[in-house]
Amino acid sequence: MIRNLKNKTKAVYAPADKAGAAAEKEKPAPLYAKQIKIHPKRVWGAFRKLKWVAMIALLSFYYIAPWFRWDRGPGIPDQALLIDISAQRAYFLWIEIWPQEVYYITGILILAALGLFLATALFGRVWCGFACPQTVWTDLYVWVERIIEGDRAARIRLDKAPYSKDKIFKRVIKHFIWLYIALLTGGAWIMYFVDAPTFINDLFFKGEITGNSLFFIGLFTVTTYLLAGFGREQVCTYMCPWPRIQGSMTDEDSMIVTYETWRGEPRAKPARDGDYSNRGHCIDCGNCVVVCPMGIDIRDGNQLECIGCGLCIDACDNIMEKLKLPKGLIAYDSVNRQIARSDGKAVKRKLVRPRTIFYAILLTLVTGVILYTFGTREHLEVNILKDRQPVFVTLKDGSIRNGYEVKILNKTQHLRSFLLNIEGLENPTMKLSGAIEQTRSIVIEVQPDDVKAVHVFVAVPRKELKSDKTEITFSFVEMDPGYSDGSLDILNELRENQKHQTTFNGPKK
Amino acid sequence: MAEEKKIDPIAGVETTGHEWDGIAELNNPLPRWWLWVFYACIAYSIGYMVVYPSIPLGDTYFSGTVGYSDRINVAKEIAAAKDAKKEYLDRIETSSLEAIRNDADLLSFSVVGGGAAFKENCVPCHGGGGVGGPGYPNLIDDDWLWGGDLEAIHETIVHGIRWDQDEDSRYSEMSAFGTDELLEPAQITEVTDYVLTLSGQEPTSAASAKAGATIFADNCASCHAVDGSGDREQGAPALNDQVWLYGSDFDSVRAQIHRPQHGVMPAWGGRLDEATIKMLTVYVHAQGGGE
Repeated sequence: MIRNLKNKTKAVYAPADKAGAAAEKEKPAPLYAKQIKIHPKRVWGAFRKLKWVAMIALLSFYYIAPWFRWDRGPGIPDQALLIDISAQRAYFLWIEIWPQEVYYITGILILAALGLFLATALFGRVWCGFACPQTVWTDLYVWVERIIEGDRAARIRLDKAPYSKDKIFKRVIKHFIWLYIALLTGGAWIMYFVDAPTFINDLFFKGEITGNSLFFIGLFTVTTYLLAGFGREQVCTYMCPWPRIQGSMTDEDSMIVTYETWRGEPRAKPARDGDYSNRGHCIDCGNCVVVCPMGIDIRDGNQLECIGCGLCIDACDNIMEKLKLPKGLIAYDSVNRQIARSDGKAVKRKLVRPRTIFYAILLTLVTGVILYTFGTREHLEVNILKDRQPVFVTLKDGSIRNGYEVKILNKTQHLRSFLLNIEGLENPTMKLSGAIEQTRSIVIEVQPDDVKAVHVFVAVPRKELKSDKTEITFSFVEMDPGYSDGSLDILNELRENQKHQTTFNGPKK
Repeated sequence: MAEEKKIDPIAGVETTGHEWDGIAELNNPLPRWWLWVFYACIAYSIGYMVVYPSIPLGDTYFSGTVGYSDRINVAKEIAAAKDAKKEYLDRIETSSLEAIRNDADLLSFSVVGGGAAFKENCVPCHGGGGVGGPGYPNLIDDDWLWGGDLEAIHETIVHGIRWDQDEDSRYSEMSAFGTDELLEPAQITEVTDYVLTLSGQEPTSAASAKAGATIFADNCASCHAVDGSGDREQGAPALNDQVWLYGSDFDSVRAQIHRPQHGVMPAWGGRLDEATIKMLTVYVHAQGGGE
């Protein structure tokens, strides 16, 4: 269907294109093409407003978020959002993620992908047009460029003008501000991985910075400067895989930026008498083309480069308003609705369709799974590894002893102690590695936010063993750690008892 | 080139002529910056070859201008690791064994370090995991020939057992009652039967075991004690428990009385440094049998 619409559009233009192609026929196609510099013109309108709001909101979040504090108790970072690589912990508000739980991050990435699928199926490339860092920073850079060098026409003039004092001054100022923004971008990136106030304090008051921080600030400064200052639309068209993937996400009912070919064509200069009855509404003013940050002509139909930002809609609507023609010659609409309207029919928006339902169900399912696993997430993790060399030892009195490596992860910020008992054996005794006396049960203490590894020896009189392999259970009962500061109630809620199955080996009967 | 160009009717762009299921590949030109990136990569690779080791030259190689070497880096890393361990090793060397055992940090360091030293030096005889084998004592059970507390284990490791080159080596020898004809073969059978009863095993006949009791009291009890509980001072094994170095069945026990085998353990003092020996001691002690 998209093809059909494109054909309709092309049918109007084809002669010029064909003539060009015929002229090109003799020469071999060039292997490389120079980047055509795009100077997007300033535009006002609803979509431009939305872009400003999105830009301010996202940039504010990016620069301010690392400064939010979240008290987690003494000795633990109090940064609300922090990925502490050296301590191997990630902190998100009240959530603390251990490296073993990296699947939560995977889950969030899957959610992000599915969210992108759904958003694209419903509204086209809204991510590309409004939220992608490449779009946001490019927009910011273009804004800086416009303030210093002027709008499109002035910028084109300046580009062509020979170097003069004025030109050099403007260029130096522009690049200086660009680099400054880039530096702030790289600097803010670091804040998510180190404690922000400490970092700033060390840098500005002590003049200290680690090589690692310096490297990443440098990396993000350079990439921001190059990609937002120079790469711009080239990043979207040539580097990013998303434009290719989006082709399979959108369909004829997805809301995209469309041109009403049936109403706009044949285009011609504005009618002096204001009579548009025997011609198209498009006056070929080219405003939709000059405002486009991707440098395309939306009247050629939906195309790979279009990031769906809707600036051409704003530009065209402003013109239509002046001409007192209906707005929406370029509209945020679906291909199916455009085709129906070209036949004079009205079709409702079709947001609910098998594709979007499928994405929504997937999104709900994955969200559910993540919320469920997170809700039932344990703050105690126990791993038991049975000794294999030897599988058992015979003691002086004929008792049989097995050894187990027990690892206990305490994911809380409290000291915790656990009473360890063995179930499934008659008269077992235990001791920790290094201890001398065997006892009926043992107490294991685990420091806050720590992993405790102990070696436990379990012995049982030989006559109590029914076979060479007995299923036994390690039972951990959380004990009162004897807090006197009133935190006991909180701890009671977190109190966790666990049981873990393992085997006890003995000689063959 | 002589072929006629195919122009895609929709895009107005020449195609490569490659077509799959009606979908043709457009022959769009590459962006020129891509070419620059390509050249930059080539320039980088040339720089890389100059700076880093790159070209093999027979039995040597061009080592690059910055002298980068993985071999040197590994040596540096090992040296750094040794430095990092030094603080602990110094503390271990100056602390008493009991103090090491009671210090959680030193204990876990020693168990890991001792475990590594054990794998390098002890496993050939005492087996992986310290389980031993016939003639080689099991170190993780609770039966000890020469004592299982920290001091005793330390002494054994430092001076060894029946090790000629160390005057302080632990030494014991059991008479060869058979080959030296101290006892008649029938008497040996009888005392074997008696020894089996000490650990609750069935003798070949009750009468034989009863006769053996007297022989045991006369010949064996001085070292192995009247009740067969052994004597660690002399390195005489306990005969009334369930742990046997050379086997617990009639034939094994009889063979040991007839012509005893004696194991030898080298003295490790001097071969291993004191900190390593202490770590080994604490490691062996922590394997479940420590007293």
